[in-house]
Amino acid sequence: MVNTRTSDSGAPVQPNIGVLALQGDFAEHIHMLDLIGINAVEVRKVQQLSEIDGLIIPGGESTTIVKLLTRFGFIDQLHARVESGMALWGTCAGMIVIARELADAYPTPLNLLDIGVARNYFGRQVDSFEAELDIEGIAGDPVRAVFIRAPVVKDVGDGVKKIATLDNGQAVAVKKDRVMATSFHPELTTDTRLHGLFAQLAREAALEEPTESLNLTRSQALPRSTEEISSTV
Amino acid sequence: MDTTTSSTTTTTNSQGNGSTDARRWKEMSKPEVGDWRIKGGLAQMLKGGVIMDVVTADQAKVAEDAGAVAVMALERVPSDIRRDGGVARMSDPDLITGIIDAVSIPVMAKARIGHFVEAQILEALGVDYCDESEVLTPADAEYHIDKWQYKMPYVCGARNLGEALRRIGEGAAMIRTKGEAGTGDIVHAVTHARQILGDIRRLQNLPTEQLMSEARDFQAPYELVVEVHRTGKLPVVNFAAGGIATPADAALMMQIGVEGVFVGSGIFKSSDPPKMADAIVRATTHYNDPDMLAEISHGLGDAMPGIEASKIAESEQLQTRGW
Repeated sequence: MVNTRTSDSGAPVQPNIGVLALQGDFAEHIHMLDLIGINAVEVRKVQQLSEIDGLIIPGGESTTIVKLLTRFGFIDQLHARVESGMALWGTCAGMIVIARELADAYPTPLNLLDIGVARNYFGRQVDSFEAELDIEGIAGDPVRAVFIRAPVVKDVGDGVKKIATLDNGQAVAVKKDRVMATSFHPELTTDTRLHGLFAQLAREAALEEPTESLNLTRSQALPRSTEEISSTV
Repeated sequence: MDTTTSSTTTTTNSQGNGSTDARRWKEMSKPEVGDWRIKGGLAQMLKGGVIMDVVTADQAKVAEDAGAVAVMALERVPSDIRRDGGVARMSDPDLITGIIDAVSIPVMAKARIGHFVEAQILEALGVDYCDESEVLTPADAEYHIDKWQYKMPYVCGARNLGEALRRIGEGAAMIRTKGEAGTGDIVHAVTHARQILGDIRRLQNLPTEQLMSEARDFQAPYELVVEVHRTGKLPVVNFAAGGIATPADAALMMQIGVEGVFVGSGIFKSSDPPKMADAIVRATTHYNDPDMLAEISHGLGDAMPGIEASKIAESEQLQTRGW
């Protein structure tokens, strides 16, 4: 992969993004990131968290994902990485997983974002739907949002901004610093704008706190310019 | 994933049934027309997961606690249906609603092949996915349910690409291998998965002028044959089912190339169902990691007692049901 993005200082800042691949539609997220030129990795092991600037927790079954995160020992490291600035985005089940608390008792969410969430808010599968959404930070046409057995955000803590609400006032997209959550599935559409927004958050994380391993990867593995490529080939 | 068809394909006036199906798939699967993306989308969310057969609300809780992505509500698991004989029908609505109330994960239920009224009842009960299943006794010896008529999505069994594409043409939003249910013998699930994936790979490499004849030979809608040729995959999620009894079986199917697994009798006919359920869930996530699979496979007790599928007379096979 040729890295063409550069920061103000001229250093390459292609963010390293991982998609949690324990269960769910992680392949669709990876495809969307590919469409915007980001070669994302499937994250199945906790050690991989130290190598990425941003993590997407995909749609799937939230009870399954929470159980597997717990079982495979992700919880402490996830908290540590988010505290140290890693970008994080939960879609649908991912929103449930990272919430502070849920309206129903099950499963126990990870409390990575200060929001209260109601699961299956709209009902069962036969009540799933699509809607046009205006999202703060997304320019142009509304986003076509796919809601599948979707949750909604019932309450938000300090500093958490509601960036999209349905006509009935229910918040379905929220953001605080570099952590986002959406009730719907941008990865099931061909609209890459939200993935672009998340990539920007991951890029900020990469510039602010490049880890040791990332510095190594960037300076040694990736050519800095096209001239450098042609000179090394 | 974008499920709309390629704009380079054209639809001609239909004469036969095949092209009527094809045109219908093309129309109905557009996001702005039908609710195809929402139906298929739920199956996307189940990927990398395990769907477990359960016969009581308590079993459904065990499955949910073990990390199942969905449960299949049944009166009897396939191995008991096979043992008991007689006519196997849709489950009692009390049983289904009891399971729906007990768990927060999606609940699936089976209708007999062609029994569209059982399907109507399941939809009215709020079932999240209907399995039009060969495990139950078929109600129609010639026709399957017109699955486009429902908001409830469908999963159907298939043994080869033609059968899969006929079901998708009828509106199925998810496909599973048939395998040979209730045996605990993986051989037919492997055969069917290899057949479907092999058919796809072969189709992908053909020149376009051969596709109409392929559609004829597969007895499948032309439009869908073109779609598979173009994308190299089914337009819906593809799971394995029928005979999965151990974590290694689940990982085998995942490595062969399916996107998740159904486990029928394999969990609650094993000696330690919670442990077996948990192990199969973890093996489906780490299907490509032998060290992890070795660790997961330790100390699980006895797997379900099996029946060697090749010892079952063809007239007793469940997989031959469906047309």
